[in-house]
Amino acid sequence: MLDGRSLIKRRAGARLWLAGLWLGGLFAAALAAPLIAPQDPLAQDLFLGRMPPFWMAGAEPGYYLGTDSLGRDVLSRILYGARIAFLVAIVAGSLTCLIGAGLGLAAGFLRGWVDLAVSRLIDIWMAFPPVLFAILLIAVMGPGLFSIILAIVVIDWTRFARVVRAEAMAQGAMDYVASAEVAGRSRLSTMIVEILPNVLPTIVVLLTLEMGIAVIVEAILSFVNLSVSTDDPTWGGMIAEGRTSIHQAWWVIVFPLITLFLTVLSFSQLGEGLKDRFDPVLR
Amino acid sequence: MSFLTLEGLSARLKGTDHRLLRKVSLSVAAGEVRGLVGESGAGKSMIGKAILGILPRSVEIVAGSIVLDGVDLQSLSPRERRRKIGASCALIPQDPLTALNPSRRIAPQITDRLVDILGWERKRAEDRALELLGEVHIAEPERVLRSYPHELSGGMRQRILIASAFAAEPKLIVADEPTTALDVTVQKQILKLIGEMQRRHGTALLFVTHDLGVVSKVCQTLSVLYGGMVVEDSDVRSFFAAPGHAYSRALLAASPKYTDPDGSLTPVPDAVIEAVRQEVAAADRTWSHG
Repeated sequence: MLDGRSLIKRRAGARLWLAGLWLGGLFAAALAAPLIAPQDPLAQDLFLGRMPPFWMAGAEPGYYLGTDSLGRDVLSRILYGARIAFLVAIVAGSLTCLIGAGLGLAAGFLRGWVDLAVSRLIDIWMAFPPVLFAILLIAVMGPGLFSIILAIVVIDWTRFARVVRAEAMAQGAMDYVASAEVAGRSRLSTMIVEILPNVLPTIVVLLTLEMGIAVIVEAILSFVNLSVSTDDPTWGGMIAEGRTSIHQAWWVIVFPLITLFLTVLSFSQLGEGLKDRFDPVLR
Repeated sequence: MSFLTLEGLSARLKGTDHRLLRKVSLSVAAGEVRGLVGESGAGKSMIGKAILGILPRSVEIVAGSIVLDGVDLQSLSPRERRRKIGASCALIPQDPLTALNPSRRIAPQITDRLVDILGWERKRAEDRALELLGEVHIAEPERVLRSYPHELSGGMRQRILIASAFAAEPKLIVADEPTTALDVTVQKQILKLIGEMQRRHGTALLFVTHDLGVVSKVCQTLSVLYGGMVVEDSDVRSFFAAPGHAYSRALLAASPKYTDPDGSLTPVPDAVIEAVRQEVAAADRTWSHG
């Protein structure tokens, strides 16, 4: 009587743990940056320019990952940069998810004119070249954290809307939806109670992916100097600065790059891991 | 007086002239079990969906009426219609594997309508669900109520759906090919169970199927459909003794016989199909274009 599948112990998996560990650790470090950062991330000291990381000869004590050409501490700048990265990831990711998934769910389940309007909007939206769109938006609004978040939301909501719409359509064709409607449930209530829980695993995966994408987009915009003011340390800004001195001081570009890479990778692995774990049916 | 009456119900694909139902008239009295028989695409499921108000968006009703318990459903607002249908009708769906929400436990899926539509208290609704699972012969009903659908077998899920359909004591249940998705050994049990529940609760049943063998076991009356048109309306005993319409006779002859399991099947002759097609076309010509 009991299906054997329910007896399978689902292992959290190494990737979920590793991704969680990295993101959790980095998030905590970002929050505690003022307490744990060894140096002031903005303090320049031209006598300490291009100091190598701690294991190399000539390293300066207290500057664990070396310094850039202006003598600023790389580790401290990465930690402070993480604050901006996480802020953008969380705020832009959630907003994009809320708007995109909401529209997609309504279009996919309610169909009719709602679907028509949302689908055409998506088609039109996706015909714009996204990078140009972002640069244009920021050029008009002026650089800053708010502009970056807005640019990400405006560009990426279609990603959610498309996938969630397709998923909601597939669920809407199931017999359990018909049963709920025969039982007198209203359309809106069916959408929230019956459909939403079944598209939630998809939404969670998309959300974590989107957070990774938000981090990348922020880095790209910082790289081309369209992000927050140049005083604030950002990973993209560090990579841009490090590029100019890559032959003399590789550490200035390599450490932010590694951090960025691991963070984005962790976000996507976290999504996959969560999906495996919380999907009620093993797919 | 019959509980459900369809009067000249016609439906078409929205915006086209493609007819799906052609002046369908039939009635189901309180406690009656009526079979709705036809080939694939004859419109039998469509009729069930029209009664329950779950027609696909692409289908529109162009003429006729559905009178449920003395109320013409078309005259109600969508909201009132949903209430009316929810309070007096239920569905036993075709595929038990997709008919339960995979991310919700069984208990709320049975009790929802009792709480939402009939305004019962949750405790009372849960006791009722336990009692119903007993009626459909499910052992350990407490544990089943706490399970998710994927933890249960197809036959179990169909039993739960049957229990759920009878939960609010509806006056009419539409069973849309309830045994098609199950394997043969389970089919027989489920049929027996539906019959048993129907007799115990005295519910009228509209039994949609393509299996005349099932009709002879479960139903009292039947309507034979072809091309969205009722070609014969009869009670089961006289139908199986002597079908009135040539198409019905051919359909009956085409069914496999338990007495001769190895005998080859007789297809419906082309001449009979041609005749019934012409009958449909002739009927179309005499009716105004709706």
